[in-house]
Amino acid sequence: MLKRVMLAAASVAFLASPVAAKTLNYAFQGALRGLDPYSLNETFTLGTLGNVYEGLTKRGPDLKIIPGLATSWEVVEPTRWRFHLRKGVKFHNGNPFTADDVVFSADRVRSKESDLKTRIGADVKAVKVDDHTVDFILTKPNPILHYEWDSWYIMDKEWSEEHNTVQVTSASDENPNYASLHANGTGPFKVTKHETNVQTTFEENKDWWDAANKHHNLDTVVYKPISNDATRVGALLSGDMDMVYPVPVQDIARVNANNGTSALTGPELRTIFLGMDQFRDELLYSNVKGKNPFKDVRVRKAFYQAINIEAIKTKIMRGLSAPSALMISPFLFSRSGEFERMPYDPKAAKALLTEAGYPDGFEVGMDCPNDRYVNDEAICQAVVSFLAKIGVKVNLNAQPKAKYFAKVLPSGGYDTSFYLLGWTPGSLDSWNVLSNLMNCRDAKGKGSPFNLGGYCNKMVDQLTDEILGENDPTKRDGLIAKAFKLAFDDVNHIPLHQQGLAWGVSDNITVKQRADNQFMFYYVMKK
Amino acid sequence: MLAFIIRRIFQAFLVMVVVALIAFLMFRYVGDPVNQMVGIETTPAEREALRERLGLNDTALVQFARYIWNAIQLNFGTSYQFKQPVAQMIGDRMPATLELAFVSAVFAMVVGVPMGVYTGLKRDSWLSKVFMSVSLAGISLPTFLIGILLIFLFAVNLKWLPSFGRGDGIVQLGFWSTGLLSWDGLKALILPSITLGLFQMTLIMRLVRSEMLEVMRTDYIKFARARGLTRRAINFGHALKNTLVPVITITGLQLGAIIAFAIITETVFQWPGMGLLFLQAVQNVDIPIMAAYLLLIAFLFVTINLIVDLLYVVVDPRIRITGRSM
Repeated sequence: MLKRVMLAAASVAFLASPVAAKTLNYAFQGALRGLDPYSLNETFTLGTLGNVYEGLTKRGPDLKIIPGLATSWEVVEPTRWRFHLRKGVKFHNGNPFTADDVVFSADRVRSKESDLKTRIGADVKAVKVDDHTVDFILTKPNPILHYEWDSWYIMDKEWSEEHNTVQVTSASDENPNYASLHANGTGPFKVTKHETNVQTTFEENKDWWDAANKHHNLDTVVYKPISNDATRVGALLSGDMDMVYPVPVQDIARVNANNGTSALTGPELRTIFLGMDQFRDELLYSNVKGKNPFKDVRVRKAFYQAINIEAIKTKIMRGLSAPSALMISPFLFSRSGEFERMPYDPKAAKALLTEAGYPDGFEVGMDCPNDRYVNDEAICQAVVSFLAKIGVKVNLNAQPKAKYFAKVLPSGGYDTSFYLLGWTPGSLDSWNVLSNLMNCRDAKGKGSPFNLGGYCNKMVDQLTDEILGENDPTKRDGLIAKAFKLAFDDVNHIPLHQQGLAWGVSDNITVKQRADNQFMFYYVMKK
Repeated sequence: MLAFIIRRIFQAFLVMVVVALIAFLMFRYVGDPVNQMVGIETTPAEREALRERLGLNDTALVQFARYIWNAIQLNFGTSYQFKQPVAQMIGDRMPATLELAFVSAVFAMVVGVPMGVYTGLKRDSWLSKVFMSVSLAGISLPTFLIGILLIFLFAVNLKWLPSFGRGDGIVQLGFWSTGLLSWDGLKALILPSITLGLFQMTLIMRLVRSEMLEVMRTDYIKFARARGLTRRAINFGHALKNTLVPVITITGLQLGAIIAFAIITETVFQWPGMGLLFLQAVQNVDIPIMAAYLLLIAFLFVTINLIVDLLYVVVDPRIRITGRSM
């Protein structure tokens, strides 16, 4: 008897021996502006909150759409989608997740101060069918209705009403929105402490609905912003941080050489490209009077072929870029392999310019941000020198993003002749690229607001409309390929490359890197 | 004396209004706040509506009047980036900056004054020459470079000290958060305060040195020596006290500068203070924070100058503050 008791006591002691709590410390260059999931449409905010909140759908590490808070969905009629909601899910405060929360979130995301209004069309109605089924009624068919719903997070109706945050807060409000300082989601982690711009602490949600299949072993996650590049890398090298991102390209070798850390690199979805003003009859910033050289496809092609993209890749991006032929990442379009970049050929470029009537080249002003994309200013300076070789004198105006976007966006009146820009389609789909960057627009931006150069081809517009309503994926891809071919032949923009991601990771953790640069704690294993 | 103080307070108010006006005029050129507050895919119509709601389409005069009216009631608005009250954000971060500035100033004084006295008294010793060369480094190396070098030496290579931040040992005493009460917090203070205080220390050392050299030649020191007073009484009781007037002036002005311009050090060490907040506000065109910070710094400089002027009387009885001459 005594032996049995002793044995039992010993085994209990073994079981009860504490396992060291696993804490992940990581740093990003920017700050988490707030915890309200509808207040800013920015990858870092939405990615971080994706560990705390969840949407009806999710995206896996390979960016494929998988069920989230909805277990399945079907298109009942072309204009009616039915989503079946997961049962047994609770919010962090214990409230059950039901269809009421979905309908409430659909309204809140379209409230006046929300920055994520376009997640659901304004004319789409969300209707509760029963506690675990919601219908979305559209006015016209939309096969990619749910493509961005992995970042449309579901909020708890009762919690929002209780804390007076039914509407998203605006910057002109006097009182801080409760939801920007507190989070209540359904996800694998809860926010336990949030000091704006200093630190956010997350703890594992032990009641998560998918806890049985979890891919992580963390108890706590601590996020701190470190804006200075050198300090951020220093924190990783000294062991104060387990993971930091982004690592500047010139420090990747250092991080790899250091014992105990390595740099995880991969392609990002953002395409960097050059655009040209094809809207005005005379360029704002050029010495060519009376006509617009960019309206001539030969001039655009000459510019394209004058740029040595491989040199940019090796010398400026240190290998961390993928030269592209299209305005969208090859991951996101199945037929991207059919497109190939035009070759680098400065002689041919000079010949084209002469043919177009500019044997001695011309002068043009260029606008470029200097703190927005990876090595943006250096890329622009390289472009300036490549164009100088074919006789085009470029006057570069590189500015911080606050001033750059104030100038080139519709609010600044599209005040540019030649510019550099980067774009990631939020829906990870080509229609977003076509409609935002390549459709005809008016002087105010209606029709295609981010088509800063004002390229216009009616055929492309027509195809874009057809693509929006086409349900068959093969046919749809065919239409997209056609539209891209037209744009490619028109040289409407000069695609440069997809920039690369660089995460600095300590050797005692394994992470899954997503091409959209979102960091999911629930795929991190720590030794 | 009272008249002097009242007049200075009136002048201070005038300075603040002028600073607010200049700041406001500058803000028209820092970029577009609305584009920093929304994602890239937000439609132009939405941006216009937000601009309208924030009152950015009103004339400059109207916006300025509205701002001054709010500032008088100590309402500094809501941050564009974080959507929280600016006064609270700055208040949360003020202890971090003030603590850093205070520790830096103490470091500069505690190291600078003795070094200055030593190099003043023993001009030609070997140690003096070492001090003078090291001080050159303090003046000529830029702050961020010193900071990064210290991080790489002490945090990355030797791993003795934390590489950034205030550490985990912050104790909250009411509204003040201090790192002085825990070992973690003190460790985190060492590198940033050396970085911030190095320039100050060099300045004080050289100033004390040159003042000592001058004072030691004066008649009253000669006579004190002739009278037979001990070396210590002469050097510290008489000479040092008389060197302190310019040192206090410089230290006072520099203290204001340290607080205002701890921005670089705070950025390098990711120190959660007001300076870092201000720098990020400039990058993201967060005008409410920028305006509140500039007003606060103007107020700080004005107050420090007043205190410095009053301290003259305490240190040097020859100076009398008369209503007319000041």
